[in-house]
Amino acid sequence: MFYREAGQFKTSYAADQAIFPILQDRIFVAFLLLVAFVVVPVVANEYWLSTILLPFLVFSLAAVGLNLLTGYCGQLSLGTGGFMACGAFAAYKLSTGFPELNIVVVMLASGVITALVGVLFGLPSLRIKGFYLAVATLAAQFFLLWLFNKFAWFTNYSPSGVISAPPRAVFGDFFVTGPQATPAGKYLFALTLVALLALAAKNMVRCRVGRSWMAIRDMDIAAEIIGIRPLTAKLSAFAVSSFYIGVAGAMWAFVYTGSVEALAFQIDRSFQILFMIIIGGLGSILGSFLGAAFITLLPIFLSNAPNIFGLSISVDTVSHFEFMIFGALIVFFLIVEPHGLARLWQIAKEKLRLWPFPY
Amino acid sequence: MHAARQIGGPLLQVENISLSFGGVRALANISFEIREHEVLAIIGPNGAGKSSMLNVINGFYHPQEGRITYKGKTRARMRPHQAAAQGIARTFQNIALFKGMSTLDNIMTGRLLKMRQPFFMQALYLGPAKREELEHRAFCERIIDFLEIQAIRKTPVGRLPYGLQKRVELARALAAEPELLLLDEPMAGMNVEEKEDMCRFVLDVNEHFGTTIALIEHDMGVVMDISDRVVVLDYGRKLADGTPDEVRADQAVIDAYLGVSHEETASAAAE
Ligand SMILES: Nc1ncnc2c1ncn2[C@@H]1O[C@H](COP(=O)(O)OP(=O)(O)OP(=O)(O)O)[C@@H](O)[C@H]1O
Ligand SMILES: [Mg+2]
Repeated sequence: MFYREAGQFKTSYAADQAIFPILQDRIFVAFLLLVAFVVVPVVANEYWLSTILLPFLVFSLAAVGLNLLTGYCGQLSLGTGGFMACGAFAAYKLSTGFPELNIVVVMLASGVITALVGVLFGLPSLRIKGFYLAVATLAAQFFLLWLFNKFAWFTNYSPSGVISAPPRAVFGDFFVTGPQATPAGKYLFALTLVALLALAAKNMVRCRVGRSWMAIRDMDIAAEIIGIRPLTAKLSAFAVSSFYIGVAGAMWAFVYTGSVEALAFQIDRSFQILFMIIIGGLGSILGSFLGAAFITLLPIFLSNAPNIFGLSISVDTVSHFEFMIFGALIVFFLIVEPHGLARLWQIAKEKLRLWPFPY
Repeated sequence: MHAARQIGGPLLQVENISLSFGGVRALANISFEIREHEVLAIIGPNGAGKSSMLNVINGFYHPQEGRITYKGKTRARMRPHQAAAQGIARTFQNIALFKGMSTLDNIMTGRLLKMRQPFFMQALYLGPAKREELEHRAFCERIIDFLEIQAIRKTPVGRLPYGLQKRVELARALAAEPELLLLDEPMAGMNVEEKEDMCRFVLDVNEHFGTTIALIEHDMGVVMDISDRVVVLDYGRKLADGTPDEVRADQAVIDAYLGVSHEETASAAAE
């Protein structure tokens, strides 16, 4: 089948403004969703669901969140780990303090709490930019982790500092946290949340809010002269971004790992998610997913690759390779293709659109 | 809209404005007015303070002295986004487009202030939010047709040639449906054809929408052709203010600004 938009004339602005204006894209996305929601839970084994797909979904959500702030609004943040921790601990306190709260409400409320914290730490962005802002968000990262370590109240005075998700069901006995939850159930829960939130993010970036973020990113002075209030635009970006990252953190603690300590959200985590959006594509929702997939799959691929080729390489060497490859890729994308994998994908589609007649 | 070109009373009055940057006096005691529905040109040699004047008007620079009255209200210190909310739009001498966005998105940002749907409706892209988006899209398409930039709607503006970027910037300013439009050298760096197009657009905007326009321009031919009145600045001072013919005949202006061409015409007449 040709990947072609020829003959698909848009007769209304509504059709032209759609997320996927090209028919083939719509079919592809419908197919992808069908596979993700129906086929995967049936065919995937526990290993795939719990150690590959769940972290991929959680990372994707965090990457979407960071991309809204950094890729769309141009505010560099190194506080992602801290905000994820904030979501995780908020979810823990909420679900243990109010056991009757539905898990969906807990997840979203943790996001809201993180959003408020995000706004607080976003305040410096009104005065400072770029590198200095990154340093200020780094302060958020260290402060939040220190807070969760220091005050045992956050862990309900658990001596080890580890929090464990209490068993909770979305409805009836459809458990998504705790020992009764099946990998497929967790996966479906995470997938649903991530899909809906990603759709909302896509809607935001093609509406007024998203345009005001991008305007601030591209030229804040001109944005202000058009009537955008930098305060509102920047803080709303911090709020929405932190909401997403907070939900991701709650999902990490509750759905993916089940129990977690603040150490899981150290500065490496912030960098890891930043690398995802750099490799996947700054300013692209799709790119956030591609970057998350890439970074979750690469280590698995690397640790299996030697076996596939019948080589025996020590685990140490593999992890060194991992660092080298990441490093090289990040430099490559920053210099050559700041729009990341998402842009490469788009170029491929443009080529395909013309194929087999290149002119 | 047809009686638009009736020049009315003062829309904006600038009184005794002085602005300095450290030791540099960019504007010294400047007063003039911009009248409703007119095209006012601000001219003067490089560094005369023309751009600074526009920056003062839309709240980007804050003068140390003087006051500005817009639509009968004397304003205190204000921020650019407040000026935008009151109907003042502008373009820049060095294009200030959003480089990462398409032409259409750039123009759509010009309509941000007209969009009312709350955040959550946008995130859900439900009924009213979608309808609002499409209405504004339709409006922007009219501007796109008007400025003849249909072919580049989806192109990222960073990839456009200079002349077209200037046009997109005008489109973005027009999208806000301003009452007062400030244009900082809209024709600088353009070839003759592009300049002619731009003049036509400026006059059409003024004619059809009744928009009051204050523009800075170096090309005297253009200035004399399209403006109703001219303000001449030199080293931060106002030299003259009047119709193009009055200004052309003003001795101070001839000496300071048109000096060369005056001598040329004089010597030509002598021969
Ligand atoms: N932000 C600023 N900081 C310091 N000095 C400034 C600033 N903006 C303008 N100036 C100074 O004020 C004076 C007037 O500058 P302005 O840009 O208004 O001139 P102009 O008439 O627009 O000139 P041009 O024709 O070159 O655009 C110049 O001496 C300039 O150096
Ligand atoms: Mg200037």
